[in-house]
Amino acid sequence: MEWETVIGLEVHVQLATQSKIFSGSSTAFGASPNSQASAIDLALPGTLPVVNEQAMHYAIMFGLAIGADINQRSIFDRKNYFYPDLPKGYQTTQMDEPIVGAGAVEIQLADGSHKTIRIHHAHLEEDAGKSVHDLFPTQSGIDLNRAGTPLIEIVSEPDMRSSEEAVAFAKKLHSIVTSLGISDGDMSQGSMRFDVNVSIRPKGEDKLGTRTETKNLNSFRFMEQAIHKEVERQIDLLEYGEEVLQETRLYNADTGEARSMRSKEEANDYRYFPCPDLLPVEISNETIEAIRARLPELPDARQARFVASYGLSEYDASILGGERDTAEYFESVTQHCGDAKLAANWVSGELSARLNNEELSISHSPVSAEALAGLIKRIKDNTISGKIAKQVFEAMWQGEGDADNVIEAKGLKQVSDTGALEKIVDEVLAQNPAGVAQYKEADDKKRKKLLGGFMGPIMKATKGQANPGMVNQILAKKLNQ
Amino acid sequence: MHQLTIAELLKGLDSKAFSSVELTQHYLDRIKQLDGNYNSYITVTAEQALAQAQAADQARSQGEHALLSGIPIAHKDIFCTSGVKTSCGSKMLDNFIAPYDATVIEKFQQAGAVSLGKTNMDEFAMGSSNESSFYGPVKNPWNTDTVPGGSSGGSAAAVAAQLAPAATGTDTGGSIRQPAALCGITGLKPTYGRVSRFGMIAFASSLDQAGPMTRSAEDAALLMNVMAGLDEKDSTSADKAVPDYCADLNQDLTGMTIGLPKEYFGKGLNAEIEHSVQAAIKEYENLGATVKEISLPHTELAVPCYYIIAPSEASANLSRFDGVRYGYRCEDPEDLYDLYTRSRAEGFGDEVKRRILVGTYALSAGFYDAYYKKAQQIRRLIKNDFVNAFKEVDIIMGPTTPNPAFNLGEKSNDPVTMYLEDIYTLSVNLAGLPGMSIPAGFADNKPTGLQLIGNYFEEARLLNAAHRFQLATDWHQQTPSGL
Amino acid sequence: MSVEQTDIEKIAKLSRIRIAASDMPEVALRLNDILAMVDTMQAVDTTGIEPMHNPLDASQRLRADIVTETDQRELLQQNAPAAEQGLFLVPKVIE
Repeated sequence: MEWETVIGLEVHVQLATQSKIFSGSSTAFGASPNSQASAIDLALPGTLPVVNEQAMHYAIMFGLAIGADINQRSIFDRKNYFYPDLPKGYQTTQMDEPIVGAGAVEIQLADGSHKTIRIHHAHLEEDAGKSVHDLFPTQSGIDLNRAGTPLIEIVSEPDMRSSEEAVAFAKKLHSIVTSLGISDGDMSQGSMRFDVNVSIRPKGEDKLGTRTETKNLNSFRFMEQAIHKEVERQIDLLEYGEEVLQETRLYNADTGEARSMRSKEEANDYRYFPCPDLLPVEISNETIEAIRARLPELPDARQARFVASYGLSEYDASILGGERDTAEYFESVTQHCGDAKLAANWVSGELSARLNNEELSISHSPVSAEALAGLIKRIKDNTISGKIAKQVFEAMWQGEGDADNVIEAKGLKQVSDTGALEKIVDEVLAQNPAGVAQYKEADDKKRKKLLGGFMGPIMKATKGQANPGMVNQILAKKLNQ
Repeated sequence: MHQLTIAELLKGLDSKAFSSVELTQHYLDRIKQLDGNYNSYITVTAEQALAQAQAADQARSQGEHALLSGIPIAHKDIFCTSGVKTSCGSKMLDNFIAPYDATVIEKFQQAGAVSLGKTNMDEFAMGSSNESSFYGPVKNPWNTDTVPGGSSGGSAAAVAAQLAPAATGTDTGGSIRQPAALCGITGLKPTYGRVSRFGMIAFASSLDQAGPMTRSAEDAALLMNVMAGLDEKDSTSADKAVPDYCADLNQDLTGMTIGLPKEYFGKGLNAEIEHSVQAAIKEYENLGATVKEISLPHTELAVPCYYIIAPSEASANLSRFDGVRYGYRCEDPEDLYDLYTRSRAEGFGDEVKRRILVGTYALSAGFYDAYYKKAQQIRRLIKNDFVNAFKEVDIIMGPTTPNPAFNLGEKSNDPVTMYLEDIYTLSVNLAGLPGMSIPAGFADNKPTGLQLIGNYFEEARLLNAAHRFQLATDWHQQTPSGL
Repeated sequence: MSVEQTDIEKIAKLSRIRIAASDMPEVALRLNDILAMVDTMQAVDTTGIEPMHNPLDASQRLRADIVTETDQRELLQQNAPAAEQGLFLVPKVIE
């Protein structure tokens, strides 16, 4: 039987506020345990929450970016359950009246097609703390630094039909929140986390199958893997006549396996009710419009601009315009070197491959945008060839200085001296009389190919520094004599 | 000295008739001597009190006059006090030294007040008799076989027994007014949001409100001048200007319309209490007020409504007491579940556990609409009753309690009977209105209370009405024998 | 509505309160008393009435996004039943 996969995502995004959603504690990552957990964060008796305005505004920015309705009145609720990383014994979240209503985002797939994924709503809530399980033999340690960090939880409709779509959607959200500057989007620090709802159904069937929810996915790759495994597991079950149970599954990034955490029957009864310590949040039209007016450029608009003003292909524009940091880097390179095409090639090619290899973000690139532009300028003015440029880039990456320093220090300047080149060409031709004879007998079409055969030894003799255009000219002149 | 009101004590301090250190020491001595009879204090902070008194004396000698400079005050043990045990009457917090001060405590410190210590209370403010305290019941100074009321029973008893000139209390369903009535003192529950709840251990967040428990309305006004006001740390605290509560105390009552809800004078009301309330109303007519019968038709529903809403909020508010970060933890927990369930079973008393269970039930899947939502709807009906009434009258009066102080142990095994004692006070919290209880006579030789209910933020009107009554009568000056 | 022992076991688990078997009859009796009392609400028609969560018709004040807290760990952990290396300790949690 042919199966169709149905995927919905719940995405938690940490907001880039200075302080927590309900207290004045810092949200900085990596502080020593519980040093950023105040009396309020520890839920000391008598403490009370006050809502962070910036967190509200960030959520509104997201809502505006996805064309959603902003609820001018939203309510914080308590979600009750016990866990050591949840100090109050309830999570303050939004249930029936979230800040962001229904919206949509458009994703682009590898085949160039577009698809709209609907967003059910997005709400504000507080993050929990962290448990440390491997430090003590019989105890778990609780670090509440993260408790109270503001999150928006973005809940999609079950509109995705493959892991590719799910990943494209997740990446699009990443690109939106980082473009807005409302999240650092740093996946390694848990700034974006995914819960994936997966079900399958026979192709053509309208009714949804029983879904499972896999939690704790904190990278696009893990999400993709987890979806693949879950779809396979569900297909296996159904094809062997078994049932898919509605359950929550927990993904283990170390083993790449997910396992059942709790079934529907064991599901918590969270006893949501409006938090009596907080009042309804009312947002005026003026505030919403003021936020709208200040919205930074969004990925879709930026990509369109890249196509229009830099002449990039849609594909290149999507690679370079998707993430704000990448886009800013690319634009800076272009501005400094004056050649968008070369800038695009270098940023999406050499630089991005190198960054991927070392798992670095572009903001941490050892080669700055200005330095890369300097390298591109030397290609443009024929000081070096594209091939040598890669060597220079590598040296720059290793911290050996800017392009000019490296070219100078390593003597990589292209040889464009006609006399010197003619001498080398003569030597190479003299060493290969058979080749020369073959060339002379060949027709035009073949000659072109044979000409290339002399290029290798010439480049070798010049350590790649010969100006290829000039060598071509000299060769043709000499052979055609 | 211990017979003087705060207004009188301030004059004494000003005229150097006595120093704050002398005054404080006098109260500390009385507590040491007499509190064994009443059990009104959980913690006495003698050393700190004397240091504060000394500082107040010094400030006064340098011409500084903070509002309550040098006046000793006792605080209900529900307010967090930095460096001092804050137990909330519970075994759960028997070992809890608060690392910060509640806003109310800070305000008293800024006003130069001296803190004598922390008063006994029903565990987590859940009770109407003070019998649910981990530290044992408080005894009513008027008759030590009877309860002082609750949950601010320690504060009420301490003021009645003259072991403090005044005390703070909190009122979620009557916890200031009912013990004030039963102990023959003056107690004010302000409008919800008038006094900051920050640092006040929450029972039911949408009902809790702190207020003064004093010997006179004038003293209550002096304390309100310190306690009231916006607190940025409490989202529910009201952003509304605070008047000088002493300014209008003496205003003439001529033309004031008093509403008497017929539902407050029906069956279940003790005859002697009814008599004392009617006599008090007569007095108000003598003072120039007119009286009008009104109806608050949803009064009876206040009890069921309150006993859903308060436990529901409490069930979540008390989840933080889990034995992880502070408070009681059971011995040798086997695993996390054991740690939670045993710490909470051993750390909480029966009434607290009962209310958590009721609240959990009311919020649980399938019951939310029938209980919690229903109660919140009825709450609006109750509020609307008052809103309509205040279109016709300036102030509402009636009894604070249906009965005078009952005997210790008499109702402690029957929660529902105990809950019904709160019938006249609960709806004021549900609506969020200010309410006051002042001494109005005796029933069976036990004090009775007259309840005054005002419109939102009209504490000054209540204090004015109470003060004029106290100028014309001396019920508030009666003291228990044997002091 | 009245509660059976299984209902009480369920809510006791949700509220993380252990109830000894010997206490169960008393707990059930009292809870049912209370539920019988609150059930008088059910007779009231509340159709169309907006639930009232808070006495004041006020809206939430918002706080400026400023870090105001400093590290108070040492002070705050003085009340901790068990803490080591800055962490609060609980019996090992197995997910």
